[in-house]
Amino acid sequence: MKITGKVWKFGDDVDTDLIIPARYLNTSDPAELAKHCMEDADPTFASNVSASDIIVGGKNFGCGSSREHAPIAIKEAGVSCVIAKGFARIFYRNSFNMGLPILECPDTDLFKTGARLSVDFDTGEIILLDDDSTYSTRPIPPFMQELVSSGGLMKHIEKRMK
Amino acid sequence: MGMTITEKILARHSGSDSVKPGDLINATVDIALGNDITAPIAIDQFEKSGAKEVFDKDRVILVPDHFVPNKDIQSAMQAKMLRDFAGKHDLTHFFDAGEMGVEHALLPEKGLVLPGDLVIGADSHTCTYGGLGAFATGVGSTDLAAAMITGEVWLKVPESIKFIYNGRLPQWVEGKDLILYTIGDIGVDGALYQAMELTGPVIDTLSMAGRLTMANMAIEAGAKNGIFIPDDITEAYVSTRAQREYTFLTSDDDAVYVRTIEYDVGNIEPQIACPHLPENTKGVSEIGDITIDQVVIGSCTNGRIEDMRSAAAILKGRKVAKGTRLIVIPATPLVYRTALEEGLFEVFLDAGGILSPPTCGPCLGGHMGILAKGERAVATTNRNFVGRMGHPESEVYLANPSVAAASAILGKIGGPDQLG
Ligand code: SF4
Repeated sequence: MKITGKVWKFGDDVDTDLIIPARYLNTSDPAELAKHCMEDADPTFASNVSASDIIVGGKNFGCGSSREHAPIAIKEAGVSCVIAKGFARIFYRNSFNMGLPILECPDTDLFKTGARLSVDFDTGEIILLDDDSTYSTRPIPPFMQELVSSGGLMKHIEKRMK
Repeated sequence: MGMTITEKILARHSGSDSVKPGDLINATVDIALGNDITAPIAIDQFEKSGAKEVFDKDRVILVPDHFVPNKDIQSAMQAKMLRDFAGKHDLTHFFDAGEMGVEHALLPEKGLVLPGDLVIGADSHTCTYGGLGAFATGVGSTDLAAAMITGEVWLKVPESIKFIYNGRLPQWVEGKDLILYTIGDIGVDGALYQAMELTGPVIDTLSMAGRLTMANMAIEAGAKNGIFIPDDITEAYVSTRAQREYTFLTSDDDAVYVRTIEYDVGNIEPQIACPHLPENTKGVSEIGDITIDQVVIGSCTNGRIEDMRSAAAILKGRKVAKGTRLIVIPATPLVYRTALEEGLFEVFLDAGGILSPPTCGPCLGGHMGILAKGERAVATTNRNFVGRMGHPESEVYLANPSVAAASAILGKIGGPDQLG
């Protein structure tokens, strides 16, 4: 699968309180959560993000809490994938468990807000459409691919229960 | 090849003789934990999957502690979801109202998590139980849902980093300062995906409270887990509480570590983590003049009876500075009662503090002490991210309980040595 989208750029160590502040965790309704996505990092994000946009971060994206509300908010906001130099571990597993594509790429400094990227999930190749330069991402381990292809962890479990 | 304690626990729970870093395993869990924020999503998924019952009603634990006593209608609905689920599945360990405490303070205190266990919790600070010599790690709600059904979790075996703490702890320096100092040194991703094994002569005499505080903050360095080798101090703590068998494991002499980091603690002073990351640490003497509006003493990091005692020892016979609000939150009903019986409530109240029932409350900006725009707090909690305790333009400084208490008296950040 291939997507094309516009970059929203954030820095290093984007924590889960920035992705979805705890004050909104009295609900798990995806639509409600999406309204406040990235609010404390960029209050204009939720109202201006459009479908298939891409969040780009630096190192340690998603650090902090275990809240699955973070990938839920991002996914529901319409974001097609998150690309970062690296991910905090609970955010990483949550994203796979729920089917939010995330990619690790060392070159995210080169992707600025507003830039357009084309991302091929099968090969992991990213093309920066402004100058057609290409970048590779870290391959997704086979077990995680299996999770994604089953449609997330719960689908995987449901298959096993049958 | 030798194994670390982390690898041994993971091997035992995945039915193999040995595992090595990088292995993906399916492991059985001893305990699966959820709270009022994360469990509602897990319960939804559980119901949607068509599962009829939990894998073991003694081993699924639900603790509504974040937004309770219910702070608003939506929070009340979330807590009710847990209550209803616990009732329907007859969960043995559901802690409500007068039994409710901050989960990571409550479970060790009740002997529900034990040395040698594999514990997962849909809460990042589940890593606290490494203080007991368990493998414990935070996961998401979907992982919790899956574990509630199957009693299993998928895990990648982490590499281990060995930390060795040498020397003698100076006065006012405790577990909190050691872990803040360590995070300041290695950074918030310094142990990403890895196990932090905390050892050395200083650790050998560190109290269980200090160990739980240190393991609690392993996640603030990005670690999968923090872990201590269980010993006599562990035995004294768990033997009176445990209601099932437990196992003391240790790392082999030829176990493999990706790094070994040694510290001499003799020159460490009480640490302050400045906004907005736990790695922004400084010694309290280097902090300068920073006035504060609020002090919070509590949380799964430092809300135990030892922490109440440290704070009270500083506050006794003194008054909180005018214009500073002191909020004390004993983390569990037992801590609350013990503090009351030991006369600590009187000390806090005489000093001008407020006492809250056990709850996470302001730690994550829930309720019971939210900061306004531009306000600053010193807290014994574990995170100082943007907006963590309230307004996005408020600030949180992390410290140990004696420093927090001294700061309340001074009206600015400072250590006990600065009190007259
Ligand atoms: S006290 Fe704070 S860190 Fe601990 S579980 Fe509660 S919200 Fe999380």
